[in-house]
Amino acid sequence: MDFSMDNINGLYLDVLKEIGNIGSGNAATSLSKMINKSVNMEVPNIEVIETEKVVEIFEDEEEITVGVYINFNGDINGTILTLLDKASSDNLVRILFGKKPESDIYNEIESSVIQELGNIMSSGYVTSISMMTSLNINISVPAVNIDMVSSILSVPAVEYGLESDKLILIENKLEIDDEKIKCYFFFMPDLTSFDTLFRSLGVLGNG
Amino acid sequence: MDKNIKVGMADYKVASGEEVLITLGLGSCVGVIIYDSSKKIAGMAHIMLPSSLEIKNNSNKMKFADTCIDLMMDELLKLKVSKTSLKAKIAGGAQMFSVSLNTESLNIGKRNVIAVKEKLKSLNIPIIAEDVLGNHGRTIKFDCNNQQLNIKSIGKGEHII
Repeated sequence: MDFSMDNINGLYLDVLKEIGNIGSGNAATSLSKMINKSVNMEVPNIEVIETEKVVEIFEDEEEITVGVYINFNGDINGTILTLLDKASSDNLVRILFGKKPESDIYNEIESSVIQELGNIMSSGYVTSISMMTSLNINISVPAVNIDMVSSILSVPAVEYGLESDKLILIENKLEIDDEKIKCYFFFMPDLTSFDTLFRSLGVLGNG
Repeated sequence: MDKNIKVGMADYKVASGEEVLITLGLGSCVGVIIYDSSKKIAGMAHIMLPSSLEIKNNSNKMKFADTCIDLMMDELLKLKVSKTSLKAKIAGGAQMFSVSLNTESLNIGKRNVIAVKEKLKSLNIPIIAEDVLGNHGRTIKFDCNNQQLNIKSIGKGEHII
């Protein structure tokens, strides 16, 4: 049986949860090393939602957020979006760069600090999945944008809209309490990649 | 009564008189307003993808430029707008991220804009004003009463077209 959006069930969701757990665990470790602080991680949230609804998952659709977007390709393809609310991102820039950003839109250095952070965390995420599954996965140079959350989330919505009415969202939240940092991870393999992922983990047979 | 009418992604709404049509945080999608200024009737569509013909999973007609505009036109015509006096304003179609690996699909904002313009042309509806492309999100508000389209972007403030 091939995997499809229509037959996604408890077992698949559990496997995705575990993938999210391991991926974000590694990303959290990378972040923790970078800023020398302990990072808390919540159990990942797996949701199967209509593509156009993804832009509404945050209460305030106009909230200013910082998005770091990477594509991955190889044996599996898809995207990872790292999302920070503006205050969290400002705090991270301050910790890493020593100075808080002065304006709403980041200058080149501040932007590259966040880009690098997204890069290291996404690499951590992908590396752990690659090790667990023995799949070969490469990641692109990350792109950064600061904008309203729904306009940032329109990018995955539109990309997935090209092939499906639904999207599987593997969502993780990392927190650093004393610094008031909240970070969201969205791991979004494309539809055929789920098949490959499940097969590599022995969840789907070779029949 | 709230006079603000929110239009979600892959959706359209029609309004009139004192009502205001709103879409929050347009990214690569395109907002299309078709209006009859003498009757103060307008429709706003939030287009997600350029064409229903290119895609297998096309069950939701409101996602696509071609089919969504057709649906909205049907509803506008039911409200007895004058077909020959219809005008349009459009906004959106940004490229939020430029990532090297998958540039084709990421430039969907531009493709959405082209598709919307072609569709409006085929319907003989002139585009009176536009604010499209770029790499920033937009919140748009259309006031049916004065037919002004207010556009708000982060770091760029608000302007009216």
